[in-house]
Amino acid sequence: MKVEQISIFIENKSGRLAEVARVLGEKGVNIRALSLADTSDFGILRLIVDNTDLAKETLKAGGFTVSKTEVVAIEVPDQPGGLSSILQVLDDSKINVEYMYAFVERNADNAVIIFRFDDTDGAISTLQKKGVNILPGERIYGL
Amino acid sequence: MTKLIWDPLHECLDRKDLERLQLERLRTTLQRVAKVPCYQDKFQKAGITPDDIHSLADLAKLPFTTKEDLRINYPYGMFAVPMREIVRIHSSSGTTGKPTVVGYSRKDLNDWSSLVARFMTAAGVVADDIVHIAFGYGLFTGAFGLHYGAEMIGSAVIPMSGGNTDRQIMILKDYGATVLVCTPSYALTLADRIEKLGHNPRTYLSLRVGLFGGEPWSEEMRREIEDRLNIVATDNYGLSEIIGPGVAGECLQKKGMHIFEDHFLPEIINPDTGEVLPPGEKGELVLTNIVQEAIPLIRYRTRDITRLHYESCVCGRTLVRMDKTMGRSDDMLIIKGVNVFPTQIEEILFQVEGCEPHYLLVVERKGTLDTLEILVEVNENIFFDEMRKQRAFVEMLEKKLATSIGLHAKVKLVEPSSIPRHEGKANRVIDKRTHS
Repeated sequence: MKVEQISIFIENKSGRLAEVARVLGEKGVNIRALSLADTSDFGILRLIVDNTDLAKETLKAGGFTVSKTEVVAIEVPDQPGGLSSILQVLDDSKINVEYMYAFVERNADNAVIIFRFDDTDGAISTLQKKGVNILPGERIYGL
Repeated sequence: MTKLIWDPLHECLDRKDLERLQLERLRTTLQRVAKVPCYQDKFQKAGITPDDIHSLADLAKLPFTTKEDLRINYPYGMFAVPMREIVRIHSSSGTTGKPTVVGYSRKDLNDWSSLVARFMTAAGVVADDIVHIAFGYGLFTGAFGLHYGAEMIGSAVIPMSGGNTDRQIMILKDYGATVLVCTPSYALTLADRIEKLGHNPRTYLSLRVGLFGGEPWSEEMRREIEDRLNIVATDNYGLSEIIGPGVAGECLQKKGMHIFEDHFLPEIINPDTGEVLPPGEKGELVLTNIVQEAIPLIRYRTRDITRLHYESCVCGRTLVRMDKTMGRSDDMLIIKGVNVFPTQIEEILFQVEGCEPHYLLVVERKGTLDTLEILVEVNENIFFDEMRKQRAFVEMLEKKLATSIGLHAKVKLVEPSSIPRHEGKANRVIDKRTHS
């Protein structure tokens, strides 16, 4: 039920983000979702792509520092209050969120939110018991 | 028979006998240099003649020699023998102004070779070895010094010279080198490159010993070189003004470099006052060359900061040991009044698990305030997906550095391979302050 994500260290200088996109594009890697966390000096770019291993190898060969992490994709109703209900479940279950980001599914009534938890396995089993809809990686890579 | 000590007669002398030999050689040398105009002048100004030197303690009465003296007397003014007796000329890299020029008589070259043979033997080099020398051949003393020492031992010498890392690796591999001679930072460059080519640097080559010099390096860097290349790495010390490599070298105890005291008299002084410090104190190393014919320098200020240890060494040599140099008294950074040695920072970086030796210190003056920024290359071991952890790592590093150097330095993580690599001396400092 986990989704593979790659994180890339990016120095805060012009052209670095474009370089990531360029090397991935050249290898035919398609980006499904992304988020960028930054400070004044550097940023951490997180990507979900259609071919994680190829993307990781390609970026490493291109001189980037890359790590692979596991995140959880949760489907929430694309309507007011949809996110709130999920966050309430997490709060009630005392699940700590490291970070999250969202993207809206095409042709569907639901949005997908990507969560990074402290304890990924613990969070998945708790959320499943509460009836939260967790999307498998295959669904996300092919979106 | 394989020699463990190249010259046991001189390397294992009883201290009393050594001091008797030193005094005799010092007095002879002083008689010879008294004919050099620069020393005539210096001795006259100090109101001293060679005959006033009756004991080794009297050495402190003699004036210092500095690099400036060599510049003023450029090129041959400090030579103590006529040119017909000189058979070789070398010089320093001389990044500022005129280089300093040194000469060697035939006997000097032979002495030099045997001094290098001493520390190479101490590092475990034997006649069966194949010695790959990746120092640049030329005016620089490093390559020739190690070359002659290895030849004197009877090893097979590959005079590779510097540059072209891929070709270096091919020759190292194909010719089966067992001993590597280069700068410590270049040893790591070789390891990096071998890895990039898809091989394991621990097993790819036949190397077993490395002799590294030409730039200061830390214990942590030694451990990394030994671990990554699977070799024994030893340090040696020398400077072109005082013969070149062959002033001092480590034995396999790796507890400091034995100074070849039958050739060089070491003193430790306070670099600000010139006062001689008691044994064991940290200060600037001053050397007097008591054997050399061509250009014997008296109380030469090396500007290298170190400490001397007179306790006996289990290797059997009775010669004093000097610590790895801890920086130079003249390129020491003074930031907000705090003295900072780049090697201190290197030590800290190496202590942090996963950190690599690629760093750059940037000193700037913002308004009236000096700032120190330390650029550290990120790698998989110190990269975290969570910003919270990444920032905590930077803060931890900054705290460790502040405790060690007594100054807040900003740590900036940069992308891998973004700090320039040098095949010669690693330049780890950019000082953007303007000094009037």
